Amino acid sequence: MRRIFLLTFLVPPLLLYGLFVVSPYAQAFQISATNWSGLSPTFEFVGLDNFRRLLGDGWFWNALRHNGLLLLFLPVVTILLGLFFASMITVHGVRGAAVYRVVYFFPQVLSVAIIGVLWKEMYAPHTGMINGLLRSVGLDDLAVAWLGDPRFAFWCVLTVLIWMNVGFYVVLFSAAMQAIPRELYEAAALDGADRVTTLVRITVPLLWVTIQVAWVYLAIIAIDGFAIVQIITDGGPSSSSDVVGLRLYKTAFGDGQFGYASAIGVAMFFLTLTVAAMFLQVTRRDRVEL
Amino acid sequence: MTTAMSRRGLLQGAVGVAAASGLAGCALGGGGTTEGVKGETSADNPLGVKADAALEVVIFNGGFGEDYAKAHQAMYRQRYPKAQIKHSATQQIAETLQPRFVAGDPPDVVNNSGGSQIDFNGLVAQGALTDLGELLDAPSLDDPAKKVRDALLPGIVDVGSYDGKFLSLNYAYSAYGIWYSRKLFESRGWEYPRTWTDMIALCRTIKAAGIAPWTYPGKHSRYLSWPILASAAKLGGLEVILAIDNLEPNAWKHPAVVAAAEAYYQLAVDGFLQPGAEGMDHVQSQTEWCRGNAAFLSCGSWLENEQKAVTPAGFRMAVAPTPALSNADKLPYETFRGTGSEPFIVPAQGKNTRGGLEYLRVMLSQAGAADFTRRVSSLTCVQGAGAGIPLGPGLTSVTELIDASKGGAFTWLYSSYYRKLERERVDGASAELFAKRINATQWCDKVQKSADEFAKDPAIKKYQRS
Repeated sequence: MRRIFLLTFLVPPLLLYGLFVVSPYAQAFQISATNWSGLSPTFEFVGLDNFRRLLGDGWFWNALRHNGLLLLFLPVVTILLGLFFASMITVHGVRGAAVYRVVYFFPQVLSVAIIGVLWKEMYAPHTGMINGLLRSVGLDDLAVAWLGDPRFAFWCVLTVLIWMNVGFYVVLFSAAMQAIPRELYEAAALDGADRVTTLVRITVPLLWVTIQVAWVYLAIIAIDGFAIVQIITDGGPSSSSDVVGLRLYKTAFGDGQFGYASAIGVAMFFLTLTVAAMFLQVTRRDRVEL
Repeated sequence: MTTAMSRRGLLQGAVGVAAASGLAGCALGGGGTTEGVKGETSADNPLGVKADAALEVVIFNGGFGEDYAKAHQAMYRQRYPKAQIKHSATQQIAETLQPRFVAGDPPDVVNNSGGSQIDFNGLVAQGALTDLGELLDAPSLDDPAKKVRDALLPGIVDVGSYDGKFLSLNYAYSAYGIWYSRKLFESRGWEYPRTWTDMIALCRTIKAAGIAPWTYPGKHSRYLSWPILASAAKLGGLEVILAIDNLEPNAWKHPAVVAAAEAYYQLAVDGFLQPGAEGMDHVQSQTEWCRGNAAFLSCGSWLENEQKAVTPAGFRMAVAPTPALSNADKLPYETFRGTGSEPFIVPAQGKNTRGGLEYLRVMLSQAGAADFTRRVSSLTCVQGAGAGIPLGPGLTSVTELIDASKGGAFTWLYSSYYRKLERERVDGASAELFAKRINATQWCDKVQKSADEFAKDPAIKKYQRS
């Protein structure tokens, strides 16, 4: 009886999950071993050819390098900023903390597409707000074509990614910080600890599990990055801000090479899995019991 | 709490369920062949359309909208009142229709256009398209003695042909050239330069007058690769273009291509390009041009329609051919790049391919084409269909351009054979060129290297033109 009761609740969602999540994943593995063009039911199995091609594909490695840079900078900068803002709001309670908490969350409310279009216009050389600000303070030489220069385009995208993610982690960290007993901070203050010491010695260790989770989430965002890159720069100029997800999309829908695109997808799948497992392993620490 | 089943057991069950359901929906598809319904052929119905067969048309909902297509469908229904017509319009052609091609259930007519157009290389390689040759040889709707083929503007059959088969009908006609404002030029006493030396001289004057001589969309820098290739073709003859289209070794290093690239690179070196243009998209740069902040712009004849909302009154935009690079150019100054755009295809697996062909025949009638021009202010590939229709100043200048060239329009096809070569590689190299990060020779080398990659890639089907 109990079994039937459980099954009636579990089977429908599991079926949906299997159909719309697990099955496409499984099929990507199958398709990655074919030369399927995505336009007809005909295809040939080519074994590991697509993966061999991937190894020698300079455009793929170029895109992967940018994902690597994102992976290096996005989690660190976002978490540091998140911790800083959250501790200012929660622990030190700067004036207007409640307002900041709401303001920081704004980007989270906007859809990715809107954020992309918004920032694209912000970076526009003549009409954009960033160059407008620079010119208004006399820094005309710094008002360059941000998205038109391969030296800057990638970093412009990274900035947007940080901007749009930081708010969520401020809220996440604030919530976790509120669970830390005030006495610990009072004790630290009595012992003469300054803000930085308090943050490093008390807040961070007690928040470690949350930070770890944040790290894995941000790493996954860094390995993806597709939507924002596609809208703001479309990988350009000269592929200077290309990411693997965009390469996959263009290979599939632009070039009609679904087999090869699936191989890129499979490579990404293992990459994401490895990175997540590695992060969890490296950052493993004994949980502090309160 | 006691549980009747272990967690592990439940999970194992779940995996089984998931795996079983995975088999149900397969992306690779099964497919089957559908025979196009064919009715009796007659003088009035040369393509053998079955009068009551339903017809499905999918339109790209871009700059031209979808109303013109509804008008064409009304004309089709007038001929076949019993036919059900299913009309839809989308901007996501590839995303919407790709699964239907796989399932073997594509629509009968597709306007395969826009940013997410289905790659022609793939469609052709898979044999997914109906040969439109039969349509070309059918009598036109207006004159039974005249074939549809003879009603088209020159070059239209070339641009839609792959290995000698006419597979895509490019319905709109686009002329490419250098655009300027007649009002601006008349008020300043400037005249459009016929040679490159005069162009550089005029640019100096324009710059001295405090206006940027040129602007361009740095994010789509291929717009400036068009005058380079057009000038190269005029300087060195059409074989320059043929070599490029056929992916011949060193085609992009031909002296004429190098000379043309040098010429346009000069604009960047001499500071004749609008500062900041390297970061603009086409809307931003075209708006700068309409505001009078820049004098010249490279674009196609859709420009007037695209800029309708921001063009000031009396601006009088006009198009001109690319200036001659030398005194000994192989092609006259008046020749220009003119080609079809807005490709229409009839998928081979469609249920009513005969109806699809007939629908295109209706579009290619004088009435169908004139209606299109009237609605969307664009010329069509049908000869003389624009006559008598009041056109805007830009489009009027396009008709003048066509008349002056005396049939001397040409185009390249590498961009439709190998879309990515233009959209990503030439685009990227041109961005570098006009931001002065590489010079003209390096541009030729870089593009040639990409073209060689395409030539070597076994996954890409190759086409030859002559």
